[in-house]
Amino acid sequence: MEAKIVTEDLNAHFGDVHAVRGVNLSIPKNRITAIIGPSGCGKSTLIRCMNRMHEVVRGARVTGKVLLDGKNIYGPDIDPVMIRTKVGMVFQKPNPFPTMSIYDNAVAGLRLNGEKDWKILDETAERSLKLAALWDEVKGNLDASGVSISGGQQQRLCIARALAVQPEVLLLDEPCSALDPIATAKIEDLLFDLKSQFTIVIVTHNMQQAARVADFTAFMYLGELIEFGDTKVIFENPVKELTEKYITGRFG
Amino acid sequence: MNTFAYRRMKNRLASFAALACVVLALIPLVYILFMVVKTGAPAISWGFLTNRTVGTGGPGEGIGNAILGTLLLVFYATLMGLPIGLLTGIYVSEYGNNKIGYTVRFFNDLLANFPSIVIGLLAYALVVNFLQFGFSLFAGSVALAIIMIPIVSNTTEEALRMVPNSLREGALALGVPRWRTVLKVILVNGKSGVTTGVLLSVARITGETAPLLLTAFYSSYWSTSLKEPVASLPLTIFRNYNSPSKELLQQAWGAALVLILIVLSINIGVRLFLRKRTGKGKVVKNWKQRLSLRT
Repeated sequence: MEAKIVTEDLNAHFGDVHAVRGVNLSIPKNRITAIIGPSGCGKSTLIRCMNRMHEVVRGARVTGKVLLDGKNIYGPDIDPVMIRTKVGMVFQKPNPFPTMSIYDNAVAGLRLNGEKDWKILDETAERSLKLAALWDEVKGNLDASGVSISGGQQQRLCIARALAVQPEVLLLDEPCSALDPIATAKIEDLLFDLKSQFTIVIVTHNMQQAARVADFTAFMYLGELIEFGDTKVIFENPVKELTEKYITGRFG
Repeated sequence: MNTFAYRRMKNRLASFAALACVVLALIPLVYILFMVVKTGAPAISWGFLTNRTVGTGGPGEGIGNAILGTLLLVFYATLMGLPIGLLTGIYVSEYGNNKIGYTVRFFNDLLANFPSIVIGLLAYALVVNFLQFGFSLFAGSVALAIIMIPIVSNTTEEALRMVPNSLREGALALGVPRWRTVLKVILVNGKSGVTTGVLLSVARITGETAPLLLTAFYSSYWSTSLKEPVASLPLTIFRNYNSPSKELLQQAWGAALVLILIVLSINIGVRLFLRKRTGKGKVVKNWKQRLSLRT
């Protein structure tokens, strides 16, 4: 299995807090990888290291390597802005730009970077909204504000926005934790459709969700990667005792 | 007494106290407005607004040159103060999580609470004396700009801090560079707060008197030169009020009314202008047009 992202001895700090401790993880290409673990175990921090979003917080430091297609994204000649166009991110709370229409939100990544060709913008808007399975619901209403739609639609709009810049990897940080079960199911279906084109990493609190959507699952605890493997194995026959305890709900 | 009745009584008492305070706070405001309109309105005529000051209080005398002077002073001060204040505020809010940021913020707070006469003295020493501009429109504008900068900067900073961090991260995660994020996402979302700050500062400098005494000084003539002294409404009020002539006193009230109206119309005008521009944007319209063209 080809690896898209590999972390080597990755450590992340917030000031004095050592949030991610020596993680070695290899994310397979065109698969969905879930990262599970109790609150505060460093799951979100780990994926924020994968598109250099960790460092936008004051006092944040990273040591170790993150290889994207074999190239260290923390290398000296790497522009984090470039990395973020290749590795997109969707956040816990839907965050469409409130001053922009649905259309403008979908192509925000292009327009904010100066794209002015309407043909390209129109095509991108339609393509990414279709990819995010939102097109049919909003196509008659593209000039409505990005925050006028429901929470689940907003989150899919954010996915469309992230897909519009044609990333190779999509990182999702608990994308369904603010959504109801129906909206959650829609997003899970969507992820399933997207994985042929993108490498997907999803952080989730919801173990059923990990079991449902992920091909591979990583379990983290107190900043360390405890176990990583096939989702089926992690959930049915984990190697480590800690993983089993967490999976069976005995702590966390 | 049963607890519920007691709570309800407390609630009513608190509501009443709040209402009473509002009324109390409104009394001086309404009284001032009433007095200015009542005393000032009779002084206003076309000639009053368009003729220049002579200083005798005779008929045919007006405050036209003072209106022009005030508008010029505010215009030049805004021209200098607005960009500096805006950029400082943006810097402190978006890039200022460091020693420079803290220092700038500290001095901003200090400067915002400086007595304006001291700022007038500074402008006097710097522009009038050292740069040898003499009493002039330019010196007055500099003094007003210095007053404006910390106000604009502080309110801009606060307005931008109110913009949720999730929008910053949302834009950065799309591969948008920091400066574009600030310009096109943060500033756009904090626009109403920034505007309020700018209008507040414009209103404040429009009414400043003390620093103008030491810088723009006064003139009875029509003057638009940056190097000449210039009349202004607050100073006209000040001078006329000190004169024994009844007519001049009434002109002072008239000038006060005009001053209030100018501040009010700038305020309303800018807000209307911005609302028009932020409604349903141009882009959106284009989308529908293009859609109809395509099909």
